[in-house]
Amino acid sequence: MYNTRVRGILIQGNKTYSDVSRDIIRPMDDKTPLWWWITAFLATGALFWGMWGFYNTISTGIGEWGLNNNVAWGWAIINFVWWIGIGHAGTAFSIFLLILRQKWRTSINRAAEAMTIFAVMAAGLFPLIHMGRIWDGFFIFPYWNTRGPLWDNFNSPLFWDVVAISTYFMASFVFWYIGMIPDFATIRERTTSAIKKKVYGILSFGWIGNAKGWLRFETAALLLGGMAAPLVVSVHSIVSMDFSVSVIPGWHTTIFPPYFVVGAIFSGFGMVLTLMIVMRKIYKFKDYVTDGHLDAIARILTFISLIMGTAYTTELFMAWYSGNEYELFTFMKNRVTGDYKFAFWTMITCNAIIPQLFWFKSIRKNITIVFIISLFINLGMWFERYVIVVTSLSKDFLPATWATYEPTITEIAVFSGTIGLFVLGVLAFFRFVPTIAISEVKGVLKETTTLKSFNDE
Amino acid sequence: MDKLYWQSLDHYKDLKEQSNPDKVKPEPEFSIEGLDESEIKGKSSRRDFLKMLGFSVSAVALVSSCQMPVRKAIPLLNQPSDLIPGVPNFYASTFYDGNDYCSILVKTRESRPIKIEGNDLSKITKGGTNARTQASVLNLYDDARLKNPRLGKVDSDWETIDRDVLNKLQDARESGKKVVLLTPTIISPSTRQLINEFISEYPNISWIQRDTINYSAMRKANELNFGQRIIPNYHFDKADTIVSFNADFLGNWLLPVAFTKQFSTKRKLTDQNKELNRLYQFESNLSLTGSNADYRFTIKPSEESAVLLNLYNEIARATGANTFLAPVTTIDVSKAANDLIASKGKSIVVSGTNNLNIQLIVNAINHLLGNYGKTIDTTKPIHLNQADEADMQQLVKDMNAGKISGLLVYNTNPAYDEADTESFVNGLGKVAFKVSFAETLDETAELCDFVCTTHNFLETWDDAQPIEGSFSFTQPTIRPIFNTRQFQDNLIKWMGLDMDYASYMEQHWKSMLSQHEEVMGNFTDNWNKLKHDGVFQHEEDDSAQATFTEQALKATEPLAEGIELALYEKISMGTGKYANNPWLLEMPDPITTATWDNYVCVPIDLAEEKSLKYEDVVLVNGAFELPVIVQPGQASGTVSIALGYGRISAGMAGNGVGKNAYPLLHTKNGFTNNTGTVVTIEKVAGKTYELAATQIHHNMEDRPIVRETTLEKFKENPISGNEQHIIDEKNNVTLYSKVDYDGIHWGMTIDLTSCTGCANCVIACQAENNVPVIGKDQVRKRRIMHWMRIDRYYSADPENPEVHHMPVMCQHCDNAPCENVCPVAATNHSDEGLNQMAYNRCIGTRYCINNCPYKVRRFNWYEFANNNKFDYNMNSELGKLVLNPDVIVRQRGVVEKCSLCVQRLQSKKLEAKRENRALVDGEVQTACSQSCPTNAIHFGNLKDENSVVVQDNKSDRMYHLLEQLHTLPSTSYLTKVRNKES
Repeated sequence: MYNTRVRGILIQGNKTYSDVSRDIIRPMDDKTPLWWWITAFLATGALFWGMWGFYNTISTGIGEWGLNNNVAWGWAIINFVWWIGIGHAGTAFSIFLLILRQKWRTSINRAAEAMTIFAVMAAGLFPLIHMGRIWDGFFIFPYWNTRGPLWDNFNSPLFWDVVAISTYFMASFVFWYIGMIPDFATIRERTTSAIKKKVYGILSFGWIGNAKGWLRFETAALLLGGMAAPLVVSVHSIVSMDFSVSVIPGWHTTIFPPYFVVGAIFSGFGMVLTLMIVMRKIYKFKDYVTDGHLDAIARILTFISLIMGTAYTTELFMAWYSGNEYELFTFMKNRVTGDYKFAFWTMITCNAIIPQLFWFKSIRKNITIVFIISLFINLGMWFERYVIVVTSLSKDFLPATWATYEPTITEIAVFSGTIGLFVLGVLAFFRFVPTIAISEVKGVLKETTTLKSFNDE
Repeated sequence: MDKLYWQSLDHYKDLKEQSNPDKVKPEPEFSIEGLDESEIKGKSSRRDFLKMLGFSVSAVALVSSCQMPVRKAIPLLNQPSDLIPGVPNFYASTFYDGNDYCSILVKTRESRPIKIEGNDLSKITKGGTNARTQASVLNLYDDARLKNPRLGKVDSDWETIDRDVLNKLQDARESGKKVVLLTPTIISPSTRQLINEFISEYPNISWIQRDTINYSAMRKANELNFGQRIIPNYHFDKADTIVSFNADFLGNWLLPVAFTKQFSTKRKLTDQNKELNRLYQFESNLSLTGSNADYRFTIKPSEESAVLLNLYNEIARATGANTFLAPVTTIDVSKAANDLIASKGKSIVVSGTNNLNIQLIVNAINHLLGNYGKTIDTTKPIHLNQADEADMQQLVKDMNAGKISGLLVYNTNPAYDEADTESFVNGLGKVAFKVSFAETLDETAELCDFVCTTHNFLETWDDAQPIEGSFSFTQPTIRPIFNTRQFQDNLIKWMGLDMDYASYMEQHWKSMLSQHEEVMGNFTDNWNKLKHDGVFQHEEDDSAQATFTEQALKATEPLAEGIELALYEKISMGTGKYANNPWLLEMPDPITTATWDNYVCVPIDLAEEKSLKYEDVVLVNGAFELPVIVQPGQASGTVSIALGYGRISAGMAGNGVGKNAYPLLHTKNGFTNNTGTVVTIEKVAGKTYELAATQIHHNMEDRPIVRETTLEKFKENPISGNEQHIIDEKNNVTLYSKVDYDGIHWGMTIDLTSCTGCANCVIACQAENNVPVIGKDQVRKRRIMHWMRIDRYYSADPENPEVHHMPVMCQHCDNAPCENVCPVAATNHSDEGLNQMAYNRCIGTRYCINNCPYKVRRFNWYEFANNNKFDYNMNSELGKLVLNPDVIVRQRGVVEKCSLCVQRLQSKKLEAKRENRALVDGEVQTACSQSCPTNAIHFGNLKDENSVVVQDNKSDRMYHLLEQLHTLPSTSYLTKVRNKES
């Protein structure tokens, strides 16, 4: 059971139940603020640019990208893995903390889950667009067909990917949505607009808040959480197998599944941190997303950063210890020194060194610095994927085939389009959905508030 | 209301009710229970809506996507007996363009030539080809070909041309004005006879032959030494030691295909034969021959005669002959001299320099070594390159002096490839009438009044005698595509004869063979056999070798000051005649791996001195700018530029590619030479030019890729150089059971000792498998589509490196990394060990490309066919005729790669099946193995214990590329053994 005296106060400002509802729903009832429109405008611009990138790629060919005979994967795969990594945090956050009964998660889990949904949507676009013949993309699904025994290759990690990511997306979405049902009902009850009443009425599935309903709601959340928890581990393990199943030096590594999962949680928490700092600032949610929350995330990041550093070192050590000249070349002569040393050292600096600043309490308490460091983590994790994808391919076994890779404007457009999509999704979430799980916050209110009325009961 | 007509009163009632609008309709016969309001009212329900939606969506889909453009194929009304759709016919023919010679077989499908193969029956080329021969089939379908004869600048018809030209010719004859017929070296006996007859008809016409690359000094030297203006025949297959000075005999010199075949017979190591020939190469630029030399020395062109004379003196001292005063050089020739002396009568010394002194020294050395009559044959001389450039120089003078009133130019392009094109063009302006016999509107044809458009060689009849006593025939393999006429037919017509060249040639042969009727028998049978075989060897008793007359030898050239230029022919482009052939333009040079351009090869020390880097631009002689390649093995103090580029009137693909280096030819004492010009090189500050090279890293990084050893070590231990194989074999353990094949397991072996890296196979593969040309820009992006590539590595001293050539194509791994990762099983393994691609299944994830350790997989980045952005042969109705109908043209977005020519395997299997027999080893050949001029590539069944590939696989020299990965390739390599002291 939660002990306030030991763990501190979760929700500050001595909120009552109605305070909570009012605070959280207020941004939805307010007039749409200017910053929202500006951001939405920019994001739409990025989205349109991305749509041009999509159009250009699909109508003209993958040749519009900077890939070549040797480096056949580039930004598309880097960004795919990057988004999937970010999409990790939400589910990891809510599910693991739910199962561990960490009550402080309640203020953050909704936003983190929303981020997951939009990040996975952004990620999912890349496997589509990077196909040479997107119009035949359905071949990847094992459907009954008239082509005789022709069936999918169940040995291929790309097939596993399709299964893992679609499962993950569906599970995350259901989990996120079910969590929102009581809150939609709250909005339905509070709103004065007839349209909103109708819309949120449908969205809330006729939730009436009776005891039986709550009981089933809790059970469903826990069950779904339990079922989804393995997915958090499986999805990025399987993404990592796209690389580790291959023979390419720098990819062919058994450390990849845990290393990728940890990396994904790292980047996801980094993104959660970025978004939470923004959200609590603009919505004045400092009472809900407290400094304590940010402190907790920063502590977790410090720890994961250490794991990342260990993973990087382990890779280097194994390259040397294995005595494999190709591995050694890829790691020592191509990454640590050599043409890609900038990317490598950016990765090390951002992921393994900068987060270590969180050891200092003064830094953890300085929200501006925390925000900047969270951006560095996002950047560093992008470079990690760049290092893995590009350095390994560009200089592999036969030196005669070595080639370099640079992205083209089309690839940049596609990436910015997915950023636009993500931002628009988050903006819609900010505007139309309670950004903090009202019912769950209310659930922890009693245990954490210092309000007299609660303590008196 | 209308009147009602009723039959009875009841009927009247009924009618009345029906016509009343207010009356409620009676219940229908069937129950409406369960139907809702809208359905009863007859509005469309949700069900209907879905039905309609389904129908309209599928209708729209059908109409919009499923309709394919209708292209009609009309079957033949009368099927020729020898033409079966889908079954290729092969016709023996000859490729000769005034420079290259090759005896060939032309594969035709549905009456159109699609592929060139070597003719196994030829005693000269023995079934080999080179890249230019392979690519020549594409010239037939070149959009730049003229479609009609031309009068002035416009298309005309033959009646007009004949009338006008005949008038001009007759006028000139009557007024006795001088007319010149300018041709390349003609090796066709019938044509020579015809020209002579033509000249006797028009006595005012004189005939001049001109060669783009001149060999006249060789002929002159032989005239002085032997009294005959000949080029003797060389037998590299009989030589144990070959010393070559600037002669790229494996690439471009005289008969490169024949010489490569001969050379490679001494580059085969088996259990029985453990000897190799030894090649010394002294040269300025790193040529293909130089890259295969066991010992290579870099010399400046100005040093050549001195080095040769020193070599002569060394040999003369050892054999007690006269020595001559020779300048001291830094090059140590004693080793070459010792080897030559040790292999007296089994050696060859050649020089590719068109310099009389040099050729005299070469002859003297060969004489000292007793090579004449053994490795060099003066009785059966080579008839190629007969021209004497003095004739051409005189012609240009005469033209400028206004002495020439008419010029007939056939198949030669002096307005482009003459050293002094300016005075030629000026002189041409003073010629009253100019007739060109050309296939395309080249630089010279453009300046002529009449263009008598000629056939492509695949549309013509002809014969050839490249070497005395060795004949071959050219026969048409397709009816002329355009309104063109063979050169010889024009002469016949203008002589007033009523026949065509085919019957003229037949008559000529009839009269030739009739002298030997008792030996040869019936002419018609013979003639058919000759046309069928394409070759004819006239076995005559060997007349005695010419006697050698000694000449005084001297090293004339003073050492030039400044940077000496060595011009050279590229393996792909040659003299530039086929500058519009996209296959050749996009063929990576075996040495530099650059495509599409020419460039200045700069030695390392000069590059340092002038701070030049790869792709910097330099100004050559103040005349033109070219990019730089800092070329290992380029002689210090020299630079090299390839000839054959910078055409301005070649055609769409070839115009403006590179720069024309012919103006830098060096003419001295009447001999025009590739070397000897002194040039200036100025760096153009801040300017670079991106070359389209297919390889940017040249070092093997100490990886066991090309495994090599020396002959000495090999004799001690045949595993030498291949020790890694034993280690890898031992380490290759697996949990999985080994796949076993019944019947057939296709395999290939590549002997790196034989392979010269000539890249013939690259073009053969391109022609066979419809590999697209993608253009300079895409090659720069490292996307070349070739299924087969020649990797080239340098090792040892960068100033004069050892060169390694390695052909790499799909290795057809039994444990293929690519197959495992394809999500849709588009690439999979056949039960004959082929790693096969189902293009229709491929969705283009490119995972297989990444996971292929050999990086042989190619992706269709764009639609390369029917796309105006890639305006090469696959975007032209004419050019597409060259496509092999047995091989699909790949769509955008799919991955492709070497299939081991699966279409060939299938057709031979079917053939054997129909004849109810097993396949014979060697019967099935891939495009690369079939035309390899060195027989370095073997192909066959690994399950057939007697097959060549199984024997190769048993060799101690056998290894697989990257075998430590346990990919179990079906392709294996045999180590490279250099005949070098360790």
